[in-house]
Amino acid sequence: MTTTAPALVDYDEVVARYEPTLGLEVHVELSTSTKMFCGCPTDFGAEPNTQVCPTCLGLPGSLPVVNRAAVEAAIRIGLALNCSIAPWGRFARKNYFYPDMPKNFQTSQYDEPIAVDGWMDVQLEDGEVVRVGIERAHMEEDTGKSLHVGGADGRIHGAEYSLLDYNRAGVPLIEIVTKMIPGTGARAPEVARAYVTQLRDLIKSLGVSDVRMDQGSMRCDVNLSLSPAGSGVLGTRTETKNVNSLRSVERAVRHEMQRQAGVLDAGGAIVQETRHFEEQSGTTRPGRRKETSEDYRYFPEPDLVPIAPSAEWVEELRGTLPELPWEHRKRIQEAWGLSDEELRDLVNAGALELIEATVAAGAPAGEARSWWVAYLAQQANARGVELAGLPITPAQVARVIALVASGDLNNKLARQVVDGVLAGEGEPDEVVEKRGLKVVSDDSALVAAVDEALAAQPDVVEKIKAGKVQAAGAIVGAVMKATKGQADAKRVRELILERCS
Amino acid sequence: MSELIRLTAHELASKIHSGEVSAVEAVQAHLDRIAEVDGEVHAFLHVATEAALANAALVDEAVRAGTAPASPLAGVPLALKDVFTTVDMPTTCGSKILEGWRPPYDATLTARLRAAGITILGKTNMDEFAMGSSTEHSAYGPTRNPWDLSRIPGGSGGGSAAALAAFEAPLAIGTDTGGSIRQPAAVTGTVGVKPTYGGVSRYGLVACASSLDQGGPCARTVLDAALLHEVVAGHDPLDSTSIDAPVPAVVEAARIGAQGDLSGVRVGVVRELGGEGYQPGVRASFDAALRRLEKLGAEVVEVSCPHFEYGLAAYYLILPSEVSSNLARFDAMRYGLRVDKGASAEEVMAATREAGFGPEAKRRIILGTYALSSGYYDAYYGQAQKVRTLISRDFAAAFEQADVLVSPTAPTTAFPIGEKVDDPLAMYLNDLATIPTNLAGVAGMSVPSGLAEEDGLPVGLQIMAPALGEAVMYRVGAAFEAARDADEGGPLIARVPEVAK
Amino acid sequence: MPADAGPDTGGAISRDEVAHLARLARLAVTDAELDVFAGQLDVILGAVARVGEVAAEDIPPTSHAVPLQNVFRPDVRRPGLSQEQALAGAPAAEEGRFRVPRILGEEQ
Repeated sequence: MTTTAPALVDYDEVVARYEPTLGLEVHVELSTSTKMFCGCPTDFGAEPNTQVCPTCLGLPGSLPVVNRAAVEAAIRIGLALNCSIAPWGRFARKNYFYPDMPKNFQTSQYDEPIAVDGWMDVQLEDGEVVRVGIERAHMEEDTGKSLHVGGADGRIHGAEYSLLDYNRAGVPLIEIVTKMIPGTGARAPEVARAYVTQLRDLIKSLGVSDVRMDQGSMRCDVNLSLSPAGSGVLGTRTETKNVNSLRSVERAVRHEMQRQAGVLDAGGAIVQETRHFEEQSGTTRPGRRKETSEDYRYFPEPDLVPIAPSAEWVEELRGTLPELPWEHRKRIQEAWGLSDEELRDLVNAGALELIEATVAAGAPAGEARSWWVAYLAQQANARGVELAGLPITPAQVARVIALVASGDLNNKLARQVVDGVLAGEGEPDEVVEKRGLKVVSDDSALVAAVDEALAAQPDVVEKIKAGKVQAAGAIVGAVMKATKGQADAKRVRELILERCS
Repeated sequence: MSELIRLTAHELASKIHSGEVSAVEAVQAHLDRIAEVDGEVHAFLHVATEAALANAALVDEAVRAGTAPASPLAGVPLALKDVFTTVDMPTTCGSKILEGWRPPYDATLTARLRAAGITILGKTNMDEFAMGSSTEHSAYGPTRNPWDLSRIPGGSGGGSAAALAAFEAPLAIGTDTGGSIRQPAAVTGTVGVKPTYGGVSRYGLVACASSLDQGGPCARTVLDAALLHEVVAGHDPLDSTSIDAPVPAVVEAARIGAQGDLSGVRVGVVRELGGEGYQPGVRASFDAALRRLEKLGAEVVEVSCPHFEYGLAAYYLILPSEVSSNLARFDAMRYGLRVDKGASAEEVMAATREAGFGPEAKRRIILGTYALSSGYYDAYYGQAQKVRTLISRDFAAAFEQADVLVSPTAPTTAFPIGEKVDDPLAMYLNDLATIPTNLAGVAGMSVPSGLAEEDGLPVGLQIMAPALGEAVMYRVGAAFEAARDADEGGPLIARVPEVAK
Repeated sequence: MPADAGPDTGGAISRDEVAHLARLARLAVTDAELDVFAGQLDVILGAVARVGEVAAEDIPPTSHAVPLQNVFRPDVRRPGLSQEQALAGAPAAEEGRFRVPRILGEEQ
């Protein structure tokens, strides 16, 4: 086996001479209240080994019982991915020794998955649609977490010993495996990223997982092989693990394409192996070779009985599917009259849901959109946070918009109210109250201000009386200045003309 | 020797509930007996003197207060096979790898015994992880048969059976994976019942082979076994394979049976379980039993179960396969023995398992690992599962022709300690007649049929019934027992010699 | 499958195979044990290979003796163990976690 890695090949050259074939395996942790096979909580971040019981610790004598909510989530994911739901299936045991796995076997629907043979249409940036085939979606359980002590950066290599926390052991996982995705050419990295993004949005819309890649509740493995362009011969694939962000998905595919082309160009052969993505360098490295080839010795789990979802149950669950995120977007696009580009900008800015929520809280779509993409986007930018990370809710934005519509605020004051909310001064109405920002609409106060301004500029009064109505602007400006901008300019103008008539 | 220890559980319970005898006296009599003879018999791995006396005191308090007894067996002492978890006693499964392990939870069966007011005297010896037919494969030394201390008490539940035969306890609990309740009952002249698979919860029963294991009652009379059966059986939501149906009315059936009329009951003699390979005295006792059944009014018919002859082969593929997976969790990481030999988790696991498991456990782990390997799965495990289907079909056809099936429980009487311990295949042949019921999940029991002429040792009659058909099985067992005792002038167990000290 | 589908009695399993299986099963067996086990397993395999004599092509396999299906529990929390209970039987513990020797393999 070669020890020095051949150089990476320039990306354009790779796609000129090779055809990539992609495959993606995504693990999603379900946000059920309890684990897959026991009644322990699934909350993230609890003290170690406080969310455990005999079953998820694999204590002698303990037994699993399937969580009904996890099965329902799996079926709903399968249906949303256009899969068939298996009328009968068993869990299997995948046998291998590893300290983070309490029973030294993983209970998984290995060869009798609950959902098979589906698809999802993935839309790329420029609107091109790629249909990704779904091989299967199946249920399994998560492992515990190891903390490696004594090595550099808590890494497994060079560690003196490890500490194990089984809070995560037994948390329900759904593994979603695509069929091979051929023919994506230079767009393979983009397709991979778009697929994972869209899958994340889909699962989020189902409400069955919080799909946080940063917290590990969604994890992705990337399978990739290259074949010489036009050869039609499928190449040897590698499986890259530890790809933990959308950006990493794209980078991992790109890097594997460049690396594999380098190996092939040098006359080498791709080793079928598991590789690990290195976030910092954007490269992949091989996993440790096993002394013996792994044989998982699968067999049907005798402690669990088969799952046989009835057609009625499946249809009932189909009825609970929400509008798919991309269908939803299409509807919104039409309703709001957006161009493809405008819609994409809203989606990319993470503004779509916020605007919708603002509309749902009573604001007109145009204004809701304008607030989020203009003033609030500037504020988010200045603070270096995502739009959703701003300390203001859609309901609060809607209230500000309502105050403008009723004439209680003008746009300038409205921005000050928003600033107040963002500064933590409370609800919009409280900010208005505390900062004294209400538009002056009390005529008696305004009349006094107008009369004062008219008295100060008799020459302008003469001009107005002579019919030069546009001269009123000077008086309006003076009144606005005197009222610190809180007067309704339109009303001021009306009063001036009244007094001069 | 106190006369209390020679009473049946039913008689003892009546005396305790009427206040004639205190539960504390009853327990103390058995504790004294254990102290007197268990040095020779070695039925117990752990005696819970204080906890037993404390429980008995509670029962006495309830009796004095005039409270209704928690169950018909409240206050009766019981010997629990050391394969059920108990929070207040160690649970070792006869293995070094679990030496001193204190489970943090009670098995469902343990909890039901406690709730019924039954006093757990201690934990009984067994072949390591219930693998064996002689109790010689216990890491803590063999148990001896009270009928002849140089002979085996059967296995794996030899401790529970010997405790009954030595009058150390009137009740015991065993587990039966391929005969581990019935074969020890046969060779010790006691009664043992393997309920329908799923009839008694396995939660907290440390698994040998999950699809075959079943806990059940052991006693000196059929009625006592029935009373205990009704305490421990019934649906448990913590065991997915537990049957959610009413417990068969076995106590009533035993009482009806004891009246001695079996007219209308069809008894099927399984042609394939008998004849060659069965000791002459065993065959003679079985033939006499058939005549006795006919005398009771039963119609005796011959049935054929052609695939039973493959039962042993299928069993010794299925069982080791499940064992290899079930025993994987004993890896020195979370509980039990740890042998700190080697620097890595992998080395410590292998060293611990090497030191902690006995030869029979290792043989079966290796055999099961082999049978599940990808290249051999279809020929071995897969084919064995098909044979299992054929055996179930044989039972179904036979139960068309007969209400119960009968055979000798074991091919021989108790053999000398050491005779077969190094010849695994010869040892396995002990389970020839008991294995088919485990493979099919149906019920089976062993009642004493007499003593073999050639060696004067007990022989058992096996009675088998369809799933949840325990009532007819108990009825036939009780009728047979009553007739035999009447003909012979008393129960067989009364003829057990006093333990030589 | 024809009657001779199973491996022949004698020579069904080699000492090397037994050594490989022991490694897979994490058993650090000794050379002496290997000698004994190889012989015994060969005899046992010869006997259990009899299952191959049964004509069963069209027979469905039985994994569960009693045909139950769809046994679920509601998604409701049940009290589990405290950290102290969980770690009580541990050969070694530290910072609320199980302490184990260093792990060589990659996570799966």
